[in-house]
Amino acid sequence: MQDQSEQRIIDDPTQVSPMLRLLIALLITLLAIGLGNAVLSLSTSTAGLTQIVNSQMAQSGVSHPVTAVLLNFRGYDTLLEMVVLLLALLGVWAIGEARYQEIAPGPVLDTFARLLVPILILVAVYLLWVGAHAPGGAFQAGSILGAAGVLLLLSGWRPRYPLMALPLRMTLILGPMMFVAIAAITFIIEGQLLTFPVNQAGTLILILETAATLSIGITLAALFLGGQPQYENEKSK
Amino acid sequence: MQDMFSHIPWALVLILLPLLTGMTSFLWPRSAATLGVATAAILVIAVAGLGWQLHYLYDGTYHHAVGGWGAPLGIALHADGLSLLMLTATALVGMGVSVYSLTYFDREKALRFWPIWLFLLAALNALFLSADIFNLYVTLELLGLAAVSLTALAGGKAALDGAMRYLLATLLGSLCYLLGVALLYHSYGSVDIATLAQRVEATPAVWSAMGLIGIGMLLKAALFPLHFWLPRAHASAPAPVSAVLSALVIKAAFYILLRLWLSLFGPLSESGAELLGLLGAVAILWGSIQALRQVRLKLLIAYSTVAQIGYLFLAFPLAAFAALSTWNAVAYLALSHALAKAAMFLAAGNLLRFGGHDRIRDLGGVVQRLPLTAWAFALAGVSIMGLPPSGGFIGKWLLLETALDQARWDLVLVMMLGGLLAAAYVFKVLGYIFTEADISHETGEVTKTMEWAALSLAIAAMVLGFIAVPLLEWLGLEQVVGISEISQ
Amino acid sequence: MSNVIAFALVGVGLFCLGLYALIVQAHLLRKILAINIMGSGVFMIMVALAKRGADGPDPVPHAMVITGIVVAVSATALALTLMLSLSAASGSAKLSDD
Repeated sequence: MQDQSEQRIIDDPTQVSPMLRLLIALLITLLAIGLGNAVLSLSTSTAGLTQIVNSQMAQSGVSHPVTAVLLNFRGYDTLLEMVVLLLALLGVWAIGEARYQEIAPGPVLDTFARLLVPILILVAVYLLWVGAHAPGGAFQAGSILGAAGVLLLLSGWRPRYPLMALPLRMTLILGPMMFVAIAAITFIIEGQLLTFPVNQAGTLILILETAATLSIGITLAALFLGGQPQYENEKSK
Repeated sequence: MQDMFSHIPWALVLILLPLLTGMTSFLWPRSAATLGVATAAILVIAVAGLGWQLHYLYDGTYHHAVGGWGAPLGIALHADGLSLLMLTATALVGMGVSVYSLTYFDREKALRFWPIWLFLLAALNALFLSADIFNLYVTLELLGLAAVSLTALAGGKAALDGAMRYLLATLLGSLCYLLGVALLYHSYGSVDIATLAQRVEATPAVWSAMGLIGIGMLLKAALFPLHFWLPRAHASAPAPVSAVLSALVIKAAFYILLRLWLSLFGPLSESGAELLGLLGAVAILWGSIQALRQVRLKLLIAYSTVAQIGYLFLAFPLAAFAALSTWNAVAYLALSHALAKAAMFLAAGNLLRFGGHDRIRDLGGVVQRLPLTAWAFALAGVSIMGLPPSGGFIGKWLLLETALDQARWDLVLVMMLGGLLAAAYVFKVLGYIFTEADISHETGEVTKTMEWAALSLAIAAMVLGFIAVPLLEWLGLEQVVGISEISQ
Repeated sequence: MSNVIAFALVGVGLFCLGLYALIVQAHLLRKILAINIMGSGVFMIMVALAKRGADGPDPVPHAMVITGIVVAVSATALALTLMLSLSAASGSAKLSDD
């Protein structure tokens, strides 16, 4: 069934006539020249926010500038981006159910997963903690957790208990919900959205990052599953 | 009571509430539909509240520095007449689509629909309230992913194909936009629109950014020739999703282009305005002709959207000399098209559900069984055609008047041709719908809720025609125009 | 400073190469990969140009790129799932031609 069209793709992966291909290549070369020119013209100026960020670091509650920008100065972007991640999962779940296959991992994968997953979790916790004063933070830690989840899934682990439906959903929304809750609360207290009082900023950021790490890790692993887990479907009926 | 009402931060409610209820409806699926409709209702109140606040409290512009950090370090939220216009369209269409969706989806699809729908509303509101070009990128992505997920909801080969095409087009648009943002940031050290407006000059980087952002937004707004994804995405999307796509999602891209044009790019480029006008003119003609040729109702309405978007882009060349009247025309066109097109798609959804198909030629007999739907389509068609006394008429008349004042005979001709072609394709459909005929097939169930939702939106489009003067005054677009004049 | 130019131009090159592949390649997986390459190009331009000043690298583009990567991963996940479902429904991982 698939062989014929796949053969056609192997013979000509583009399925666009050579003339058209040449034209497109020419246009894109022109684009590249224009963009290259723009970029070259920029390399001589030094506009940037480094100084402003550095001057406000003392009020931010952390000592690493990227974390400060992500979680404090431009925290609203991070809020929306957590929702984007959750939304991608909702979209994946809307498209279909996870195809359940029996996987019998070979000895290498099996041992590797058992050894590595605890280490990954430790690394994730470390990255989360160190994000306050060195490169690290919620997204990096969340990605490591996600990788641990993917490794587990690859080696055949599938959560099957219907009891996991609600806790799973709660963990998924934990990050964005915490952000929205803190946004609303800080508005009520301080009069402006996502305004952290200076002496509590560090703690608030750590709370937000922890919630975010959990959510990101679980969401990434769930995305890898490629569809709504089957027990999910039973629970929601 | 009124004191409390006037001090609630309605702008923040518009963003945070749908996020909150979206997540809650994901957590407790049984509450999803109730939360959805309740949120839509509160959003309508919130927009009214924001409008009131803009007039009586904030002197036309609401500004909120998130986190207490001013620009350029932090992100700013900003609401003015233009934002209010788009937020009103979102709230009204959102209400209509939410009510419609109460009975449209079966149980399983409904559970998947509501959280994504609420996030889509949140994305739209966040987009229209943002004054930061990188924040706009994040909201654009949120909007795009939500729209694609809803398009794919119907399942099946055609829907998935349409959704995939839409996703690729929207991702390409976002990436072009993001590169433009990168160039602008690295030129002037800020992503805040107000700050950039003061610093921007005509350099190669800014020209590149303008081109990239332009292409990105044209892709997402489905302006000719970058409209290729729209008809197919519409063809198999569920009816309420099609309504939102045509009415709101496309307008969001137009809004961003308009906003950046007014603040940053407009003063720099006259030829850009002419190019946009030209593309708009071609879109009107080409879209209308294609609409006439369609056999399926949903595709006809989709091509009609391609044409109607063209009208909005005609404003760019005209605005150089007559800013206020042009933007008033655009406001009316955008708002009435949103309402009328949403009504049309909802009505088409009713017809599709009723007959199991949407072939135009076989639509006879509808007026006996679904009179409300037939009238919804007719009223919406009146607005699309631009006949009085609808909102569409006011918009087209204002635009035509501006073009005549500037002796732009080319644009006048295009608008008149567009009107004739629109009349042709609308009457073609109405002719079939209003024919009495016997029903020989199994009919699907169309609830009264679905019919009334479609009809209400269509009536709203008509009501717009009667409240032109007070509405335009309430929107207060003179301040918006003022932005473009200051930076000149 | 020449580092900055070099990386930024590589970013431009990635963007354009990805764009060519997106338009011309027929298989959906290649289109999705092309989008990712374009994204990497944009991120590289952002980060490269952040290293121009004398005070140290500008942290704001770094934060923007982190946000961008998360968004790109989300979009890619959705795209891949769509592709798999489309391929299962229609038998081939290409967009239909009509």
